[in-house]
Amino acid sequence: MKTVLRDLRDFFVSLKLTVALLVLGMVLVFAATLDQTNLGIWGIQQKWFRTFVVFQGVGGVGVPIFPGGYLIGGLLLVNLLGAHFARFKLTWRKSGIFLTHAGLILLLVGELLSGLWQEDYHMRLSEGDTKNYAESFRDNELALTDTTDANFDAIVAIPEALLARHAEVQHPKLPFRVVTKAYYPNSLLQMRAAGGPPSLATTGLGLNVVAAPQPMTYKQDETNTPTAYVELVGPDGPAGTFLVSTGLVGPQRFDYAGRSWKITLRAKRTYQPFSLTLLKFNHDNYAGTDIPKNFSSRLRLTTPDGRDDREVLIYMNNPLRYAGLTFYQAGFENNDRTTILQVVRNPSWMLPYVACSLMALGLLGQFGIHLVGFVQKRRVKSKLSVPAVA
Amino acid sequence: MKSIFPALAALATLVAVAVSLRPAHNPGDYDVVGFGRLPTLVNGRLKPLDTVARTTLLVTQARQRVTLPDGSAISPDEWLLDVLFRPALANSYQTFEIVHPDVLTLFGLTPGDGAGKKRFSFDQLVKGLPELERQSKLADAVDAPVRTPFQRAVLQLRDNIILFQRLQDSLVPPGVDDYLEQVVALDKTLPAAMSALTAQRAGQPHDGAATKRLLELSQSFAAMDTLGYLLPIPPEAGMTVPSAWKSAGTSLQESLTTGRINPAALTFAAAGLAWRNHQPDAFNASVHAYRARLEAGIPALLQKCDVEARFNSSEPFYTSSMIYVLAFVLAVVSWLKWPDSLGRAAFWLVGIAWVLATAGIAARMWLEGRPPVTNLYSSALFVGWGAVALCLVLEYFYRNAIATVAAGLVGFGTLLIAHHLALGGDTMEMMRAVLDSNFWLATHVVTVTIGYSATFLAGFLALIYVVRGVFTRSLDRPTADALTRMTYGVVCFATLFSFVGTVLGGIWADQSWGRFWGWDPKENGALIIVLWNSIILHARWGGLVKARGLAMLAIFGNVVTAWSWFGVNMLGVGLHSYGFMESAFWWLIAFVATQLAAIAIAALPTTNWRSFRPTAA
Repeated sequence: MKTVLRDLRDFFVSLKLTVALLVLGMVLVFAATLDQTNLGIWGIQQKWFRTFVVFQGVGGVGVPIFPGGYLIGGLLLVNLLGAHFARFKLTWRKSGIFLTHAGLILLLVGELLSGLWQEDYHMRLSEGDTKNYAESFRDNELALTDTTDANFDAIVAIPEALLARHAEVQHPKLPFRVVTKAYYPNSLLQMRAAGGPPSLATTGLGLNVVAAPQPMTYKQDETNTPTAYVELVGPDGPAGTFLVSTGLVGPQRFDYAGRSWKITLRAKRTYQPFSLTLLKFNHDNYAGTDIPKNFSSRLRLTTPDGRDDREVLIYMNNPLRYAGLTFYQAGFENNDRTTILQVVRNPSWMLPYVACSLMALGLLGQFGIHLVGFVQKRRVKSKLSVPAVA
Repeated sequence: MKSIFPALAALATLVAVAVSLRPAHNPGDYDVVGFGRLPTLVNGRLKPLDTVARTTLLVTQARQRVTLPDGSAISPDEWLLDVLFRPALANSYQTFEIVHPDVLTLFGLTPGDGAGKKRFSFDQLVKGLPELERQSKLADAVDAPVRTPFQRAVLQLRDNIILFQRLQDSLVPPGVDDYLEQVVALDKTLPAAMSALTAQRAGQPHDGAATKRLLELSQSFAAMDTLGYLLPIPPEAGMTVPSAWKSAGTSLQESLTTGRINPAALTFAAAGLAWRNHQPDAFNASVHAYRARLEAGIPALLQKCDVEARFNSSEPFYTSSMIYVLAFVLAVVSWLKWPDSLGRAAFWLVGIAWVLATAGIAARMWLEGRPPVTNLYSSALFVGWGAVALCLVLEYFYRNAIATVAAGLVGFGTLLIAHHLALGGDTMEMMRAVLDSNFWLATHVVTVTIGYSATFLAGFLALIYVVRGVFTRSLDRPTADALTRMTYGVVCFATLFSFVGTVLGGIWADQSWGRFWGWDPKENGALIIVLWNSIILHARWGGLVKARGLAMLAIFGNVVTAWSWFGVNMLGVGLHSYGFMESAFWWLIAFVATQLAAIAIAALPTTNWRSFRPTAA
């Protein structure tokens, strides 16, 4: 039994396993890169890296084809930590390797954490607009807003994932339950032909618009248009079934139990404790060409408590970091009058910097020690060989 | 013999280099060289007309020399002058390369109709232009990545013809015979014509012919402004601001309202007229007078243009690549005979070629005001430069001509790649906004590129190990050990640089795109190189491979690096795919195949290696 355990330990700390895992990692990265032409950059991360096992759809069935990023990275972590406890003795000559590996561990952990924690949003601002929220690229939410009070909106937002599961949602702030009758992750909205099949919707725009389900798209320049039919049912009877879709512009209004409501399926919002106003967006090209030279957004940053009220400039390679969020110049539209900022929240953003400093230091030290040793050896040798030639 | 041969070889090479660096001379009475040095704004950069001529020719016919139908050759500057001012003559020059047989069929041509069986003149193509236009429309409708080679060839030719025509329409509008005479005379006729126009507008009697001529000229100017390619007219004050430079059409159009004609516009017209009428003295006088005026306004820019034109004509990278070939041959022969003198000569030659390439890269850096690597072209130059520099260091220590052979191979190979990449157009292009950061270009890009250099070098050293070991008896024990140590050392170096470079890239990405790592193809390519190099090192440390295994792994490093360098650009996805290219795809496949073959050969049992076979007693 002891030998089995020792063999097992030897296997997990062996250099052979390291090499095997590195090779697997390389193949994984290569295959995932090729797969980007099919799935896009977001799709491959979910399929190849942020998973323990990579599944390939064969005839509609997911077949495991390769260990995923979590598995390879995790084993590499075990292997590294194990090797350090079982085999390594910290000596001056090995200090470089030690540092390098410590950095690597930190890098792997950092990548795992940013995979788990990092949130990406975008913020569209036209000149003069002020916003205190950013919108998600991929996630949507069903927003129900009680607009009865003219000074105050009460919003209940239901994540799209709950609609996808057809979950029945009940919320203390809502006088009705939300029941998903149908949900399409991607769809095409069309005007309903007169005399066509009856719509699932019983009120609102859904009476005139129908959604045709579409296959999901992963292309970088296309977005999915999810649509759901949701029924609102309360003690005072049903408020009707609405068609909600990100393809519809603006919310639909209705009244229920003496209060006014808005319902809409929109990009998931995250609110910030401050607001940004776009003062001016600039887009310069090189003289006589369409080659962009610079994009920049001049914004006013204000907090409700009045502590911050200043102008900031965001341009390529110069993001704004504020309150745990980072704002990048990502794009523009609307004839250079609307700026698109990418907003990232990543609490672990410092980890790669630390990890990389450690590793670079370690590698430099390690190879430096070797190089000095090599040159010294050559010197001694050539000195010895001089009399032999003469 | 032994002692002087290396010195003689080095001296002869230096003389050859010095000859290649001489300033260009005028082929006849015209100061065409002086004309070529005049600045113009094209694609956002102020550059000499000489550069415009050469890059246009490289794009349309893949070489800079223009051969006339009678077999004589003219310089790029003379060609440009003919394109600008003698359009009919330029239309007869065979400067469009067409290799796709189906494209030739569109024009009813066969390879036999072309110069060198592949170059055709505009006159030969003019009849088929409507059909080309129709085919281009069909091809345009297809997504770029899935176009057939025929469709790509059609679009390429269409773009080349448009480029040629736009160049022709830059200073002379199409279809106006006495245009240059009219512009030259405009200085005198303009005031009268303008007062005639004022009179006409006021409904008073006026010179009707003069106003009509003015109207026609104005239409010509408008046409030149829409069609023309060059923006060669600096403002009279504030010439240093690129965005103030104008097309000849716009500038002259403005003269019709201000009454003042920009001297530059007049100069180009006068020089053009002199060129057309075969008056060298008048031509030279206007070029020199114009230059004197520029000298007062933009001396620094003019100096840059002079250096760039000189750089263009001396072609340092071409000379350098030839010396690399020579050094390679000498070094290989040195393994068989006269190892000492040939080896040393080869070493000196590599040194000279490297210094020349260094000077070329430095000149480009000075001209652009940028770190060495800014695009795929300059990365090829720099990969070669870095690898050869490492070779020089290795050869200094080992003196066995191995690193010299590798230097010759890598040096020539990368310059050849660079030459083909230059066929895409001006290699000193302006940097897109996201790349516009000298700090990151100098750190991340340079380090990553040195990582490429070193990984390639390790692969080529390993190739030498395999080829010498399997096919010759020359790989004795000390040589084999030395090669293994060299390969190992270079792999260490490669690991360090590719890792640090990749990390710096991550930091740049975090600064500009909001994530340290995004699994973008180019990032993955860099990561794969780091992974592969660390695989080699760990396999070696773990005793999984010895000398032969190390060689095989290092050769595969060539495949990995080639894929990261070019393969990912061919995927055409991701934020980094600004260096998209297609034609190199088959070359990449061929390169990978040869490397895999070398690995297979290395896998032969050592009893089949000639060097390791026990000598028949």
